[in-house]
Amino acid sequence: MKEILIISLLGILVLAIDLLKLRKLELPVIIGGLLSLVACSVMDWDKNEIPFAQYGGMLQFDNFALGFTIVFSVIAIGWYLITFDSYSGHASNRTDIYALSIFSLCGAVVMASYTNLVMLFLGIEILSIPLYVLAASDRKNLLSNEAGFKYFILGSLASAVLLFGIALLYGSLGTFDLNAIHEKIAAMPQYSAMMIIGTAMILVGFAFKISVAPFHMWAPDVYQGAPTVITAFMATIVKGAAFAGMYKLFVVALHPLPDAFAKAFAIMIGLTLIISNVTAVVQTSSKRLLAYSSLSHAGFMLGFIMMSENASAKYLMFYVLSYGIASLCAFAVLQHVSSIQNGDDSMTAFKGLVKRNPVMAGAMTVSLLSMAGIPPLSGFLAKYYVITNVMSGGHMTLVIVMILTSAISAYYYLKVIIAMFTPIENAGRIVVGNLQKSIYLIFTLLLVVMFFAASLLELIEM
Amino acid sequence: MLTLLLIAIPLFMSGAIFLMGARMARQLALLAGIAELLVTLTAMYLQHTGDTSGLLTFDRQWIGPLGISYAFKLDGISLVMALLTSLLTPIIVYASFNRTYKNPHVFYGLLMLMVASMIGAFTTTDGFMFYVFYEFALIPIYFMILIWSNAENKAKTTLKFFLYTLFGSLFMLVSLLYVYQHSHSFAFEDLYAAGQALSGSEQGWVFAGFFIAFAVKIPVFPFHTWQPSTYDAAPTAGTMLLAGIMLKMASYGLIRIVLPMLPDGIAEYGSWALVLSAISVLYASGMAIVQKRYKLLIAYSSIAHLGVLSAGILSGNAQGIQGGVMEMLSHGILAVGLFFVYDILESRMHHDDMSRMGGIREVNPKFAFLFFVVVMGSVALPLTSGFVGEFLLLLGLYQYSAILTGVAGLTVVLGAVYMLRAFQIMMLGSANMHTQNFAPLTKHETTVLAIIVALVIVLGIYPDPILSLSNPTVETLLGTH
Repeated sequence: MKEILIISLLGILVLAIDLLKLRKLELPVIIGGLLSLVACSVMDWDKNEIPFAQYGGMLQFDNFALGFTIVFSVIAIGWYLITFDSYSGHASNRTDIYALSIFSLCGAVVMASYTNLVMLFLGIEILSIPLYVLAASDRKNLLSNEAGFKYFILGSLASAVLLFGIALLYGSLGTFDLNAIHEKIAAMPQYSAMMIIGTAMILVGFAFKISVAPFHMWAPDVYQGAPTVITAFMATIVKGAAFAGMYKLFVVALHPLPDAFAKAFAIMIGLTLIISNVTAVVQTSSKRLLAYSSLSHAGFMLGFIMMSENASAKYLMFYVLSYGIASLCAFAVLQHVSSIQNGDDSMTAFKGLVKRNPVMAGAMTVSLLSMAGIPPLSGFLAKYYVITNVMSGGHMTLVIVMILTSAISAYYYLKVIIAMFTPIENAGRIVVGNLQKSIYLIFTLLLVVMFFAASLLELIEM
Repeated sequence: MLTLLLIAIPLFMSGAIFLMGARMARQLALLAGIAELLVTLTAMYLQHTGDTSGLLTFDRQWIGPLGISYAFKLDGISLVMALLTSLLTPIIVYASFNRTYKNPHVFYGLLMLMVASMIGAFTTTDGFMFYVFYEFALIPIYFMILIWSNAENKAKTTLKFFLYTLFGSLFMLVSLLYVYQHSHSFAFEDLYAAGQALSGSEQGWVFAGFFIAFAVKIPVFPFHTWQPSTYDAAPTAGTMLLAGIMLKMASYGLIRIVLPMLPDGIAEYGSWALVLSAISVLYASGMAIVQKRYKLLIAYSSIAHLGVLSAGILSGNAQGIQGGVMEMLSHGILAVGLFFVYDILESRMHHDDMSRMGGIREVNPKFAFLFFVVVMGSVALPLTSGFVGEFLLLLGLYQYSAILTGVAGLTVVLGAVYMLRAFQIMMLGSANMHTQNFAPLTKHETTVLAIIVALVIVLGIYPDPILSLSNPTVETLLGTH
């Protein structure tokens, strides 16, 4: 119960700070608030708290919800620390952006803790509406406006489809409650036609949100157009939240799904991996490349949802954290590099980075290698968990696709790495603050340590 | 515990070298290499005396439910491979003393990191850990080539190298996971049992996955195309590491994982791999004959020798495997020797075009003599280390197929052709305007070459310690099926 209060009040507090003209306190307050969120989540572990039970108990802070809350908070802390200086330039709307991102984070927490489909929808909207604004927050940039507009139109459409799906499900089962849904489905011989249509519509809605093929078209444009900092937020926390929500619904409540859904998932994953990785190869803009890489990781994460019998939530969580850290690192480096080159985000902007700022180049290298799935970095283990899961389900073709596209992804990640290690004439140093430097180092270390500390994951009971 | 020490020393030293900065980098690296050698020799002594105190093994669970452990064991074959690594590391480090690398602390730090991962791959008894070490060794060498190469197209070359080997390894991962679905544990013992229980055709597929991974790295025709350009682009120390030690991880993998795990798969569906290996011998020998540049000639000759190695190992009998173990050690030493000769030539003449050389023996007979012994080892003359390995390999292969032996045996004949011809063009005749000012060997160059020559001869005359070290393990491996 504390968790949802902390995160909601934090957003209001940040707005109040702006009114009181205490801008210097912004960052400490946000970090402090998020740290207390982590602390509360740790303390409430195993308690299975249902806040506001008298109002229907539509949220439940079980270990799944708390685990994801911790993951989101950790990524968010990193996000604020590593990007806070990118808003020093146009300071006028900094507070708005901070407040909106916290409200969005609030939506993410709701999506990890809902036990009622109404709450799921609310969570999605709380998450998305601030994001529409954030995507368009670089008001003078045409691309950013386009991104916000596209995101808004398609996001609303997806929400509408999702809502229709929820309505159909309610129509056939008569309840919004996840546990009740699960009980009713267990008692039924098979899905009714209306339920199948409802579930399919929910799936389509989610597929839009997590941007997997064939519902991914908006993602590269939006990711490229939005300010890089916001793109980082979307690719990490927002995506993670959508997967958490999806896991609860598809793996826990709607289990067992009709067989056709396994096929649908397999096709969606295969398409996503092939389209995103092949398209990424020909990108010249590194930001667009990272956008496609983000699509490809969504394809991998969907593997956890597909293999509902064996999938374990903690492995999904590990993937979200591992990819989140690596991706945040990559986007932050991109943001720092391109802002110095007047917004140039092509590969050439990265040339000679190893001389210009070794810490950033090192962090970027490790992050990209982790995303490519090279051991001993946590990204390898994350992909490994997916692949074993999918393989134990007997989907050999999908495993081969995953493996082949991993190899393709190594190609485009290496292109960026090679650019960074290509020396250039008269390269000026890129200076970043000590705080960012230490965040980069911490992230790099985390990517290594998480691999070796993976055994700790087994101690966690979900 | 000794195995942990073998991994910990280079790992720790890698960090130390990196942090200490450029000044003492290569001395520290040399120190680490020597320490590594001492630990290996201690382990060999313990093994020889039949030590049972558990110093040679280490086993701790890592991710229990997934059946992954930090499991290491120094048995006969692993010891030979550890010896190869720890013997060559100080030689390679010492050989690069006459080169000044930019940012030496990063260079030697990466080198030590690579040593750690190679030792890890050679000593682990857990399939997952093997994959991790096998893959990880790629990262340091990739950056060593990318940063310190002088070649113009290095970005393209390294990219090809990285993707090629990564692509191959991913097939191994699939195969490994397929067997793991049946064993639910990555311990070699369990993988062996689960692999043998698979049907013949399943084993054949799993074998194909493993063999593609290893064939890229050994390398075997037609998966070799990354190798000559990478050897050419890499700085000498990198080439030595690649040819001398790193690529042996693949042939070691064949012996350690594939042979005991998939006996039926190899017997029924494995002949294509042997045929490819034999083609590899012919093709690479032919390519070596037409090379004009010394470094490329060595690169192709390496493929030819390793073709025999791969064929001999896959024949799956005791002689073949014993020969394989011996040849890995011998080829490692010879490869380092041959590439060191390249380094000497290149540092003096700034090219390795053989047609512009000649008569170096006249100017520098000592160098020519030492080079000659290495060449003799390379063409597998009796009483050199090359002979023991190749003889046993061909003996093993003969039990499998006489025709393939005939083809693979050509390596000795053709090897003599291109190696002796190269030696003749470069060293004999009268000195020309390019070679008449060939500077004498420095003390440190003489030392390195002398050590290599001594090793080639000693192992050729008295290979017994190595063979008897690996023999019990080879028998255990064969006994499991």
